[in-house]
Amino acid sequence: MRLEVLNRGYGPGAKLLFAVIRLVSRQPVPDAARLAFYRPDFYGSWAKEFTHEAMRGPSAWSVGDRELMAAYVSQANECAFCVGAHTATARQAYQDAPKVAAVLTDVDSAPVEDGLRATLRMLGKLTREGKVGAEDMRQVLSAGVSRQQVQDALAVCAAFNTTNRLADAFGFEVLSPEGFEAGAKYLLKRGYR
Amino acid sequence: MLTEDNKRAAFRALQDRIVNGEGRASPEQRARAFSNAGLSPPLDGLLGKVATRPTQVTDADFAPARAAGVREDELFELVICAAVGQSARLYDAGLAALAEAVAGEEDGNAP
Repeated sequence: MRLEVLNRGYGPGAKLLFAVIRLVSRQPVPDAARLAFYRPDFYGSWAKEFTHEAMRGPSAWSVGDRELMAAYVSQANECAFCVGAHTATARQAYQDAPKVAAVLTDVDSAPVEDGLRATLRMLGKLTREGKVGAEDMRQVLSAGVSRQQVQDALAVCAAFNTTNRLADAFGFEVLSPEGFEAGAKYLLKRGYR
Repeated sequence: MLTEDNKRAAFRALQDRIVNGEGRASPEQRARAFSNAGLSPPLDGLLGKVATRPTQVTDADFAPARAAGVREDELFELVICAAVGQSARLYDAGLAALAEAVAGEEDGNAP
């Protein structure tokens, strides 16, 4: 990563944890995890709490839906690390790789429910253009999505607009396909805390 | 009227911590990074990119700040503030659009 403190600035506890992760997963520790463990009192602990609430907290959206939103937002931001990580996690959550690939190729023709499709379109517009209007929201609501579901989707959008920016700015190393699969397995088992 | 949920509250807690809590960069610097406003060299180029063109950030964007003596822990904090700040603006914009869409429909069918 671009800051040396993010490469080397860890205490014995974090170093031990990284060693265990490497041993168990047989993969390098993802930079997203390393970032969360650097001065966690400043960012990591607070970010993990928010991201876990957005991605695993109570919601009418499934875990797979929210991981797909994370991948879709990351694709809108062209964030290679996060697209890889959350495409793998959505695939594993849904147990449906073609569905995830179809959404990321063309959301308009992908085999998903209209409410999810409308929500993804809105999140993509908000991420790319920095704004959405009431009419965009009416289209989502008219597709059968509840107000709370829109709020939940906006939380996912905020979480990944943050992480995408940090991945690009700090220079997260893009993992191998095996590395992303191992990370996805962890995120589905343990969440973001 | 939208109610503030646990997700929004957790985001606000993150936002409050990074801008107003203890840090190596001054609260004023962190607030400017968060709002992407009032920044000056050597930080404006890097933090502006983090907010609006993050894929274009390169090693060279960190160089002026390093050359000016900005420490790595300050850069760590300010980059985070810039990233969370832009996300907060998107979150607010989305919630405002939703509030406008449901205004006057409080007795409607949405839960």
